[in-house]
Amino acid sequence: MEVSSLPISASHRGKLISAGYSSLSSLSSVSPSKLAQDLKISENEVLEILKVVSARKWVDKIENRSHAIMNGAQTAWDILHEEESSICITTSCSDLDEILGGGIRCKEVTEIGGVPGIGKTQLGIQLAVNVQIPADYGGLGGKAIYIDTEGSFMVERASQIAEACAEDMLEYNSLLRKDSQACRVDKPPKAFMDNIFYFRICTYTEQIAVVNYLEKFINEHKDIKIVIIDSITFHFRQEFEDMALRTRLLSGMALKLMKLAKKFNLAVVLLNQVTTKYNEGSFQLTLALGDSWAHASTNRIILYWNGNERYAYIDKSPSMRSASAPYAVTSRGIRNSASNCKRVKLM
Amino acid sequence: MANKPISEMGLPKSIANVFAARNIITAKDALSLSEFELMELLDVGFEEVMLAVAHISEITCPPYHTAMSLLEQRNQNEYLAGHLPTRLKGLDAALCGGIPFGVVTELVGPAGIGKTQFCLKLALLASLPTSYGGLGGRVIYVDVESKFSSRRMIEMGFSSFPEIFHTEGLAQEMAGRVLVLRPASLSEFTESLQQIRVSLLQHHVKLLIIDSMAALTSGEYGQGPPRHHPLGWHISFIKSLAECCRIPVVVTNQVRSQGRDEASRYIFQVQSRTDTMEDPSKFDSHLVAALGIHWAHAVSIRLVLESRSGQRLIKIAKSSISPSVGFFFNITSSGISLLSDEGVEMMGPEANTVHCQGLI
Repeated sequence: MEVSSLPISASHRGKLISAGYSSLSSLSSVSPSKLAQDLKISENEVLEILKVVSARKWVDKIENRSHAIMNGAQTAWDILHEEESSICITTSCSDLDEILGGGIRCKEVTEIGGVPGIGKTQLGIQLAVNVQIPADYGGLGGKAIYIDTEGSFMVERASQIAEACAEDMLEYNSLLRKDSQACRVDKPPKAFMDNIFYFRICTYTEQIAVVNYLEKFINEHKDIKIVIIDSITFHFRQEFEDMALRTRLLSGMALKLMKLAKKFNLAVVLLNQVTTKYNEGSFQLTLALGDSWAHASTNRIILYWNGNERYAYIDKSPSMRSASAPYAVTSRGIRNSASNCKRVKLM
Repeated sequence: MANKPISEMGLPKSIANVFAARNIITAKDALSLSEFELMELLDVGFEEVMLAVAHISEITCPPYHTAMSLLEQRNQNEYLAGHLPTRLKGLDAALCGGIPFGVVTELVGPAGIGKTQFCLKLALLASLPTSYGGLGGRVIYVDVESKFSSRRMIEMGFSSFPEIFHTEGLAQEMAGRVLVLRPASLSEFTESLQQIRVSLLQHHVKLLIIDSMAALTSGEYGQGPPRHHPLGWHISFIKSLAECCRIPVVVTNQVRSQGRDEASRYIFQVQSRTDTMEDPSKFDSHLVAALGIHWAHAVSIRLVLESRSGQRLIKIAKSSISPSVGFFFNITSSGISLLSDEGVEMMGPEANTVHCQGLI
């Protein structure tokens, strides 16, 4: 019954079906005035309904073009080709980049969680700066949206990290491009700071509103390549008595973010907190927001302490295996852990 | 913003009326429902619902700033780019200026270590006139355990700034700027918080100190980890106070011994053989901050005060802008003074654990 799936108001749908119009084809041959008579509604409303019907038919035609066999499908070969040519956002720590398969990927939602003080916000700020690395240096040359729900974004720290990134780029320039006299476009730290769009969210309603508004915002500001939400948990941990509402809202938000990532080809990074869970006779640490939320992200990274070092663990990823890598938080941002004597890979 | 009524959002009349007719008054009501639920409830088409939700979201969403404009604002408008110097050179250098405005700073430590002394000194520093390097404003001191001593505060003043304090009437003027509240229960505290918000802006309050947060909940909840933190609302309220009024908020916290069931590992972390042998003595000397992990996430800067073989140490345990360093200190007549401005580096998660050996 195609008519029952049309996105029109419930009463109109009911009237169409009871008047005998159950398929789209039956609507194509009837005149608007006759339809208005049958349904006992105004001609204007009939025209609205017919507009929706023709939009639906047009969409079907477009999808027909994408693949001969299935509507809206893409072959695995095409997807592989796309993935291989896409650029990842580096985390400035080559060990971490390695276990991630190059860095944070676009078109995917990555969740990063850990205990307080482990460096989640640091990683978030580092990614907001690294997404802006120009294409000449192997980066995406994009802009960043930083949605702060806790007030943990410190501008001075972002400025420090931006300066360190600019210095690293200059060093790379002088080391590897000594022969070329052409002046490369240098990015001063100020330019990095101008391209981070900061939203401060104080309630869960504002959080839902900003996720809804992002589509329009990204359409207006081209080149946004990463959306960081720090943290996704904060406003959903205290006010909710109704857990079912919380799960609904969270899954709605997760779907919208996934859609954004795919539609605009950007990376979505969600920072999460930890909580304790009773499992097999003891309490264990786990990421907050429950088990149903665990399905919402494409990749899940857990940051934890191992002795005196910070480690990152890939908890969930469709393409990378579970592995750990050490990293360090330095005055210049996230870098390789000093105890590892690997050569630092310059981009 | 979330409670803005839909009628004032500039939606087309027809759809605004439909929202009102179905008792969806504020943005919060509208955004708590999915688009399909709204479609069923309001009996309008999908397109219209999408447009209405997009419009409501745009109005409810707070405006954005670029990171650059935030930095410029701070540098231009605020005292020392938004920091309250503690006059402890090493600590101020590590904190990039001092206790930051707009965020919650926590002091954790065992009893008698010097948290209240630190708070008294900060209250003094904030009430100093700007010409002498203070914030020149009022201080609200929420004293839950009745530890506030104005005599000690004035003694600190005479000791640290003798030239200033011997001026006629200055001691009285400054002590007059410190307002002390003594709530007897959690509900009284909740009420005073509401009042505080109103008076913060009107009366030029420049610092809020809560000493101590943990005392408010001791004895108020039963066994096991509670589902909802009793201070959950207070935590976000205090954070929002700090942010919208751009003042530093300092909160003290107690310590408790680490329980046997305390979670410290993830499911993927393999437990080594030695760990499975429980060492009861380890748990008693192992102190952790009270108020739980939710509170630990909510504070922005955590300063841990502890003692190691009789030496008092203040460590920066959590800060997004400072490295993990600790400074040995003493309590003197002028408050706290560091033994050395060179910090001792704290490795790893050690910064977060609290030792209490050989203090008394």
